[in-house]
Amino acid sequence: MGSNLTSNFIEIVAVILFGIGFTDLFLHKNLIKKIIGLNIMDTAVYLFLAVKGYIRGLKAPIIVDQVQSAEVYINPLPSGLVLTGIVVSVSVTAVMLALTICLYNRYHTLDLDVISLKIREKEE
Amino acid sequence: MSFVQNVPCFSILMAMFAAIITSAVKGKAARRISIFVTAAIGIMSAFLLVFLMGTGESYAYMMGHFPAPWGNELRAGMLEAAMALFFCIIMMVALFGGMEEARADLEADKANFYYIMANLMLASSLALVYTNDMFTAYVFVEINTIAACGLILGKFNELTIAASVRYMIMSLMGSGLLLLGISFFYDMTGHLLMSYMKESILLIWQTGEYRIPLILTIGLVSVGLAIKSALWPFHSWLPNAYGYSTVSSSAMLSSIVSKGYIFLLIKIIYRVIGPEVFAESHIIDILFVFGIIGMILGSLDAVRQKNIRKMIAYSSVAQIGYIFMGIGLGSAEGNGAGVYHIFAHAAAKSLVFVAAYGLIKASGGCRDINGLRGAGFRNKAAGVGFAAGSLSMVGIPGFAGFVSKMMFAEASLETTAYTIPVLAALAISTVLNAIYFMRVVLILYTPLTKEEKAAGMKEKTVDNSWQFKAAIAGGTVLNLFLGICTAPVMRVVKNGLEILG
Repeated sequence: MGSNLTSNFIEIVAVILFGIGFTDLFLHKNLIKKIIGLNIMDTAVYLFLAVKGYIRGLKAPIIVDQVQSAEVYINPLPSGLVLTGIVVSVSVTAVMLALTICLYNRYHTLDLDVISLKIREKEE
Repeated sequence: MSFVQNVPCFSILMAMFAAIITSAVKGKAARRISIFVTAAIGIMSAFLLVFLMGTGESYAYMMGHFPAPWGNELRAGMLEAAMALFFCIIMMVALFGGMEEARADLEADKANFYYIMANLMLASSLALVYTNDMFTAYVFVEINTIAACGLILGKFNELTIAASVRYMIMSLMGSGLLLLGISFFYDMTGHLLMSYMKESILLIWQTGEYRIPLILTIGLVSVGLAIKSALWPFHSWLPNAYGYSTVSSSAMLSSIVSKGYIFLLIKIIYRVIGPEVFAESHIIDILFVFGIIGMILGSLDAVRQKNIRKMIAYSSVAQIGYIFMGIGLGSAEGNGAGVYHIFAHAAAKSLVFVAAYGLIKASGGCRDINGLRGAGFRNKAAGVGFAAGSLSMVGIPGFAGFVSKMMFAEASLETTAYTIPVLAALAISTVLNAIYFMRVVLILYTPLTKEEKAAGMKEKTVDNSWQFKAAIAGGTVLNLFLGICTAPVMRVVKNGLEILG
């Protein structure tokens, strides 16, 4: 158990960061801070994937000096997943920020509780 | 390889390309392209379904140039083809039924954006149905989220913006959990293709190694998808998102988007985790309990609503609870009933949403249930549609809802521990369903009193466009078909689930 903690140090950091980001996204009232939480959460997963994909001593998967053996290189797939994930989270963040601007223009606040109150008044 | 086996790939690409083309054309042409593509995909899926029912097997379809353990794959069996066909039919009902309101709700120069989102939503839902790769599933889940957000925003006002923000926040929490779960699965198994993952997971489970991480990961994936498909208690985003958006969006969101996620969860259970491992992990009990609580609390919330659209939205929470209860039973029968209820609920809910629009129109835009008095006489097509949808939701024999409820009850008899809670929840929920749906139907067919007529309340009948009538007719026929011709659909569901793994 204890030995795992040191060898999986970065994975543990990644999961803790995920928890921080998730809580932020879940509990914060301020929309901008929620979006920051979203980014921390997503980045934590990419950190996890990147760490899992890296094997100490092996090279980046680009063929140099005609060395074709797969033993020398790391698996490029996790890095590919990270790249795809970054694209996804950038677009989601962009949508969220655009929505935040629209919301701020209408309600003049970023606090979701205040917005819910205003909606409730509107409904009645 | 037969030519018809290209259908999964073609249908996803066609919907994607339609989304690109619609960005360049005006609103009316965009709508036509959207409808044409949906119809074409529906017909293609029907051919695929017939073909797969003949062979009785599922097949893998290689995407790109790398073979199985490394490359990306689609996989289609008869259940997937049936689901794709069904999504296309629902999409047609939603597009036709909401056409009039869409004309009023969408800004004329931005109407084509709405159809981009609709096409993207269809493409990503089809991809969720067909894909055999976990990470592809994640990417399309996110595309689906953004497209659904765009659909909510089709009618652009203060309420829908707030609703879509709330939808996005909950949805992103769900997809974050899903992504972490997929990363853990990848870490433990070394595969991304579902079928290969299953072999490794079975091996890991049998050796007893990584037991806690595996259960945790199953939990992350299940809860992530449960949040996205609005299982109680994660449903807080749902009522406003369904209640305030334009009617096509409400129908599509409730009947295609959330059902796509549930189908993905069922697929992951069968093809990645394995039903046995899933049944042994305790996550299944959580889904079961939440499903049962959702069935009752969702219905109670629906009873309290005054706004008809929000009442229908809360009823969705209850019906999602039914499906998760079926999954939570953990037997093949339970899952079969869950899948049948996906069909039944989607057919009834889209019909009810579309019909409610016609009734609201006949009452001068009034959304309050008490203000709809006599609307069934003023708008005959909508009244009939709403009554048919309500009967199906309540579970009257001859309609789709009855069959799935009966299947749930039968499935619960397999395990004695589950029998009493399931039957009790079914009974309570059915009574509550009857209370709030039949109350509306009674109000619809109560004529206005003389004083009210004298006070100048509307009594004129409204004319419906042929598209609206077609949507109502299509939805009603679909509900009756699922309620009466149950044997072929059940066969597809049963055999489809068997070969899903």
